[in-house]
Amino acid sequence: MSAPVLELRGVGREHGHGEATVHALDGVSLAVAPGEFVAIMGPSGSGKSTLLNLAGGLDSPTHGDVIVEGKRLGGLTRSSLAQLRRRAVGYVFQSLNLIPSLTAVENVMLPRELDGIASRRARHEALDALHEVAMDELAERFPDDMSGGQQQRVAIARAVVGARRLILADEPTGALDSQTGEDVLRMLRARCDAGAAAVLVTHDARHAGWADRVVFLRDGILVDETAALPGPESLLRTSPAE
Amino acid sequence: MSIRYGLLSLLERRPMYGYQLRQEFEASTGATWPLNVGQVYSTLARLERDKLVEVADSDGDTLGDSSQRVYAITAEGRAEVRTWFATPVRHSSPPRDELAIKLALAVHTPGVDVHAVIQAQRTATVRALQEYTRAREAAADDLSWLLVADSLIFAAEAEVRWLDHCETRLARAARSRQPSATAPARTAAREGARS
Repeated sequence: MSAPVLELRGVGREHGHGEATVHALDGVSLAVAPGEFVAIMGPSGSGKSTLLNLAGGLDSPTHGDVIVEGKRLGGLTRSSLAQLRRRAVGYVFQSLNLIPSLTAVENVMLPRELDGIASRRARHEALDALHEVAMDELAERFPDDMSGGQQQRVAIARAVVGARRLILADEPTGALDSQTGEDVLRMLRARCDAGAAAVLVTHDARHAGWADRVVFLRDGILVDETAALPGPESLLRTSPAE
Repeated sequence: MSIRYGLLSLLERRPMYGYQLRQEFEASTGATWPLNVGQVYSTLARLERDKLVEVADSDGDTLGDSSQRVYAITAEGRAEVRTWFATPVRHSSPPRDELAIKLALAVHTPGVDVHAVIQAQRTATVRALQEYTRAREAAADDLSWLLVADSLIFAAEAEVRWLDHCETRLARAARSRQPSATAPARTAAREGARS
């Protein structure tokens, strides 16, 4: 098996001190391989979003190590951490955070331009990413002139532009209707099938169903996970659905 | 249940042999509810008795060998199919639900950790959801199968939501039985910080 894109080793995150200490995450270990789609499920306050923020270097663990593409985030300088976040990691949040004064393509180009890529090339990459989410025809539209589903596709294009290898998604289907939400998950699935790794935080079992592996968090502790799926040949014929 | 109506609906398309009916039924429902050939012929015999189907053709002198007969729907059979599609499926007597019974008993059975029962079921149901999702994507151009797969997926999702709800209900019941002084300080602090 190839080296994991993301690895958490005994990761803990505490808030506060003494008696008032809150263990948002407690001794969590998890490895996500290239091409793997992992969903994290758990009730509110179970530590799902904390885990995602730690994985993306937006927060630092109190214990343990977070390793992205072989680099221990705790050992990086501020600037190399920022660079790794921009180049290797794509984020899709429930709030889309598109910049309203920029067009779709300009929103998607932005992380690449911040990375010092020449404008022409950044634009080319952004159009490729928009094409992948079937949004290239609306590339010159502003966010306000797009539906929620279209904006979410642009946000996903921005998360994957420049072939980033780790996609972190926190309830990315938000308020989308079930068909559009499904399209978003199908895109994440396709990115993983093309070799990226993805971690999806969700409370919706139907969304978790798209993942290769589902892990369950409760009170900051990883309590269970689904076993690996069999090959496609077994499918329903071996399931107890009679 | 619906095997009778399933076979009748299929015969609306064209007359068929028993083995063809079995194949078409399974193809239409993604082989989710396999039929054995005995069920097919016993159902056809009842349908014939009730004059809802008739033997359209048989290969030579095959009295008594139902596998050699081609069955066709009758006018009465057509009317029966129309009535079936026009009548909602009844939920007046819900089928016995093993999981609901299991949880109802688990809460009062000494030595049983109901949370462990819930989590084990949740993991198993989510895993089934993963398989259904994968199977649905693999056959995305078959509309009948998409509908059946969606039905399985939504039912599994509802089960997981119900399990989540059971846990919340259990936690509330536990809190109302135990004053917060007996709860561990760490848990109390956590819940306080998150609520």
